[in-house]
Amino acid sequence: MTTRDEITAGLSEILEEVAGVNPGDVAEDKSFTDDLDVDSLSMVEVVVAAEERFGVKIPDDEVQNLKTVGDAVSYIQKASA
Amino acid sequence: MSAGSKILAVGHYQPARVLTNDDLAQMVDTNDEWIRDRVGIVTRRIADSETVADMAAAAAGKALAASGRSAAEIDLIAVATCTSVDRCPNVATRVAAKLGIAAPAAYDINTACSGYEYALATVDHAIRAGAATNALVIGAEKLSDFTDWTDRSTCVLFGDGAGAAVVTAIAEGEEPGIGPVLWGSAPDKSDVITIEGWRPYVQQSGQTVFRWATVSLPALAERACAAAGIRPTDLAAFVPHQANLRIIEPLARKLGVTNAVVAKDIVESGNTSAASVPLALSKLVERREVPSGAPVLLFGFGGGLTYAGQVIRCP
Repeated sequence: MTTRDEITAGLSEILEEVAGVNPGDVAEDKSFTDDLDVDSLSMVEVVVAAEERFGVKIPDDEVQNLKTVGDAVSYIQKASA
Repeated sequence: MSAGSKILAVGHYQPARVLTNDDLAQMVDTNDEWIRDRVGIVTRRIADSETVADMAAAAAGKALAASGRSAAEIDLIAVATCTSVDRCPNVATRVAAKLGIAAPAAYDINTACSGYEYALATVDHAIRAGAATNALVIGAEKLSDFTDWTDRSTCVLFGDGAGAAVVTAIAEGEEPGIGPVLWGSAPDKSDVITIEGWRPYVQQSGQTVFRWATVSLPALAERACAAAGIRPTDLAAFVPHQANLRIIEPLARKLGVTNAVVAKDIVESGNTSAASVPLALSKLVERREVPSGAPVLLFGFGGGLTYAGQVIRCP
């Protein structure tokens, strides 16, 4: 089972590649839109990359519920369990 | 019957009125930087009193003049549009009347933003079947009639305009200039772009459309190339539907059109639905950015969710 830290690290790499987010800024309490400046379309790219990396499905309806990095980590952990 | 068809000439028409991002910022809570970042649009043209048929006829008249064919020689008119207000008569017969084309077969086709490629395919098929010889294929849209000018998420996206081509049967021994169509749809997602109801406005689920476009379309566009026996690296130009610069750029990158001019008319024209591909193609030809005879991939996608594309030879 992947740990929360491992998922956060994976998301951090994706965020850097897709949206140019500085990895040092990524933490579980950070909001994608307000803190990391990830807009709605970049968020889709992050989700698509995360699906591939973690082998999970994240439907469009769920994307709007993923406000913070921690939300995404929890969803991915649950979905891959 | 003919072994195929080709595009003889193209033309386009855009309304005179330019609507800038700054203009829109006066109307709704938005700004130039936000619009450029999200969709890459800087300006769009908005029709005044022109109807869809007026714009279609203007574009078609230019294509006809450039083709050297006479109005009397046109025996088929196909118009791609999803914004004609009137149910009847259709736009195609109105275009015929305006251009003095006496008795053409005339029909409209509605697959929203992919309409032009569907129309081009049906016309190619009609010519191959011997049902027509010289055709006008037109994409024309007046999205401003279906835009909610108080909704900042949609009103910044759209523009009005038309593009057209004269398509003719090839001579014996000549290579076809319009390749096989790759067409289809994703009906399970058909409600994510709508112009529904009695007083309709365009609405869409932007994230779902974006995901479908960036994830599913590269492989489909590649199949359109393969159907014509062309590799993406062989393309001289790639003219996708002008929906969003952030769809166009990754689509071009994933398809690997490394040697192609990629149409980005969206920057100055916005999203004009079925008019966007013929409009962008006509401008590329006008600016002589693509050599005559070079392979060009047209690829439309949008409401439905429908898609269609084919490799053509540049007129």
